[in-house]
Amino acid sequence: MATQQITAPAAVPQVVAHEIERERTGWTSWVTTTDHKRIGIMYLVLTFVFFLLGGTEALLIRLQLSQADNTLLDPQTYNQLITMHGTTMVFLFVVPVMAGFANYFLPLMIGARDMAFPKLNALSFWLLAAGGLVFYASIFYSPPECGWTCYPPLAATEYLPNGGVDAWIYLVHLTGISSLVGAVNFYVTIANMRAPGMGWGRLPLFVWAILIYAILLILALPVIAGAVTLLLTDRHFGTSFYDPANGGSPLLYQHLFWFFGHPEVYIMVLPGFGIISEVLPVFARKPIFGYKAIAASTVVIAFLSLLVWAHHMFATPSPGFVFVFFMMASFLIAVPTGVKIFNWVATLWRGTVEYKTALLFAVGFLGTFLIGGITGIFLAIFPIDWQLHDTYYVVAHFHYVLMGGAVFAVFAGIYYWFPKITGRLMSEGLGKVSFWLMLIGFHVTFLIQHSIGMDGMPRRVFEYADIGHLETYNLISTIGSFILGLGILVTVINVVRSVKKGVIAGPDPWKANTLEWFTTSPPPVNNFDVIPRIRSVEPMKDIRRQVERQMGREWQEPAPAPESSIQA
Amino acid sequence: MAGTAFGDAFSPESGGSPQADDIDRLYWFVMVVAIVVFLGVEGALFYSLFKFRARRGAVAAQIRGNTRLEIGWTVGAAVILVVLAILTFIKLPDIRTPPNSGPNGLQLADGTLVAAGPQKQLPPNGKALNICVNGQQYVWRYTYAQNCRNAPLNAPFSYEIMYAPTDTTVTLDIDAQDVVHSWWIPQLGGKFDAVPGYSNNTWFKIPGRFAGATFRGQCAELCGRNHANMTARVRALTPQQFEAWLDSQRRAIQQANQAAQRQRERVDRGQPPGG
Repeated sequence: MATQQITAPAAVPQVVAHEIERERTGWTSWVTTTDHKRIGIMYLVLTFVFFLLGGTEALLIRLQLSQADNTLLDPQTYNQLITMHGTTMVFLFVVPVMAGFANYFLPLMIGARDMAFPKLNALSFWLLAAGGLVFYASIFYSPPECGWTCYPPLAATEYLPNGGVDAWIYLVHLTGISSLVGAVNFYVTIANMRAPGMGWGRLPLFVWAILIYAILLILALPVIAGAVTLLLTDRHFGTSFYDPANGGSPLLYQHLFWFFGHPEVYIMVLPGFGIISEVLPVFARKPIFGYKAIAASTVVIAFLSLLVWAHHMFATPSPGFVFVFFMMASFLIAVPTGVKIFNWVATLWRGTVEYKTALLFAVGFLGTFLIGGITGIFLAIFPIDWQLHDTYYVVAHFHYVLMGGAVFAVFAGIYYWFPKITGRLMSEGLGKVSFWLMLIGFHVTFLIQHSIGMDGMPRRVFEYADIGHLETYNLISTIGSFILGLGILVTVINVVRSVKKGVIAGPDPWKANTLEWFTTSPPPVNNFDVIPRIRSVEPMKDIRRQVERQMGREWQEPAPAPESSIQA
Repeated sequence: MAGTAFGDAFSPESGGSPQADDIDRLYWFVMVVAIVVFLGVEGALFYSLFKFRARRGAVAAQIRGNTRLEIGWTVGAAVILVVLAILTFIKLPDIRTPPNSGPNGLQLADGTLVAAGPQKQLPPNGKALNICVNGQQYVWRYTYAQNCRNAPLNAPFSYEIMYAPTDTTVTLDIDAQDVVHSWWIPQLGGKFDAVPGYSNNTWFKIPGRFAGATFRGQCAELCGRNHANMTARVRALTPQQFEAWLDSQRRAIQQANQAAQRQRERVDRGQPPGG
């Protein structure tokens, strides 16, 4: 493996990484590995397989809705598809894909040689795989039909007697334990294994986001685990926690579910915020604007996210002051979110923005997520939510947040970190084609869904009558979804092609800021032979500057064009 | 027919009842604020992307932050939300609390007051026509009774189509038989979940000019395989037509009861039940 290109006096920081032993190959080495990088790669590949499965389900849903009164899918299949789509995207893609990035990059970014508990780390991955397996195995008997929320009494045995709901409960448990174990691992790793000099004020913002992601997972997951366990005992062991005929309450389940469900939204999107906070400054060639404000707003968002759950329940029979409280709490959460967006725009301001694909996805995230944030304000106002709740408006809103938000951030992360993982650059041309297809496809699909919802179409209906313009709107949405799917396919092709044929990237192709770029691409098993002392939030800038200085040259800020230069 | 009459792609449906109209108005207030924020932020984003793109000789300003700016936009965002909260609280009473019935509405006797509950809002004079809404897989059942917990067994009822008098404040007690459903007629107002074991409430008041019109809606909470076809219609009638309809329902129920009674008597006497 290439070790170094720089020849200089001994004190110069340099990429020095020797392998202690020959890296093992073959499939057994992957199954038995405890290396955070290999586990990270397995996480990313597996979650992407689930992403493609969930995406295929989404396209089938859109095909069914492309025409009014369509008979392509029967209602049972349709309900199974919406359940599998939602469950797959939440439990098997967005949450674990963030764990995949964190697994690979968190130790590298904080200058650690592995996670704190490598074997637990492997357990996390295999539990995730098991969760996906038990859930998808239900296609051989009968997948669940209760939507990703599985509200009782619909999810009770009287109404859904087959094993699909049980498979769903099993998935929630297995992926829940997987995430919980992973979260503890991330937390301990961040708390204990940072490079010398890396105080909390020098922690990369992606690591801040993963820290908060881990804490939220630890707080929220036991609640959903309890909620679905009660559902399981209601289904099979004669209890009646959610059965109103025997003193139980269907609303209890909704409260427990959303006590987990709303933090879950931030569990999915905060690591995306972290990726954006890493990508923007690198390609604007500017430090992140308001590091402390962004880190602090992450903490505030996480805290508030535990206090807004009942805004998913504004239509339920509940006292008025409950609605007022949850409306105000949901308003509050817009403030730190706004602070983040303003700081990201300010990071671009007066920078020199390089239009690499990673930056395009990050900016696409910004522009799209903003819309999701604004529609969130409409939904937080409970009288307005009475009209919008459970319609396509809500579907549009959370896809703006999770697809336009979290998934665009994931794609920014893929284009940004792919060279580190594989040692090769992805094709920028294909990347840009993919970005524009995805951006256009996304907005064509989901913008019109706001109108579909406001024209009276509820979500989770397998067919609709062509009242007003509903059929036209739905057809537009379906066309958009296929453009979006094509865009995703282009990135898949780009990844597969670049793994073998991409241009060799070198250790630091973007002239980036954080420590993962201070090692070879891909990094050796032990990551770093020498862990540098951290002196700022941008250690790689310090290191490049030191290299230049010790090699007798004036430090030059990496500039977009060869002619330009600036004194440090 | 009324389904398309108010079709409007940029805000929720309205037109059939003050609640829907007020929600629509509140939506537009918020929309104005939202458009300003949207244009401001997207404008700054696109401006910086265009103005500050990497060019020869361009140098990135090494700024790390600005405390005044941070405080400024934090306070700014908070102020916008305070404004939205105030707007909401100003509009809220109109949306939640029903008005009195109009002069051309159904004249309710003083004895027919509706029981108020912890969440149930009544018009100022306390008089409203009450209809009990019950969600079942996959149909809505309506019982025309003032007190839903103690509705007389012979109270008029209908399925799927609700008959309602115009210019009259109608309160709804909403519950469910089996799984969770959600009552929603977009042009009449918001949706309210029908949860087994609970009673939910809303109201509407259809203006007199809509006599003869039908308002469409459907169940808005996934309730099983036929969720998509659990439709609901509200047919607006003049108070006279409504009373006539109630009377015909009562008569039909009475006749059916008498027929059943005759059958039971025949069976008691050991005769065949038919005829």
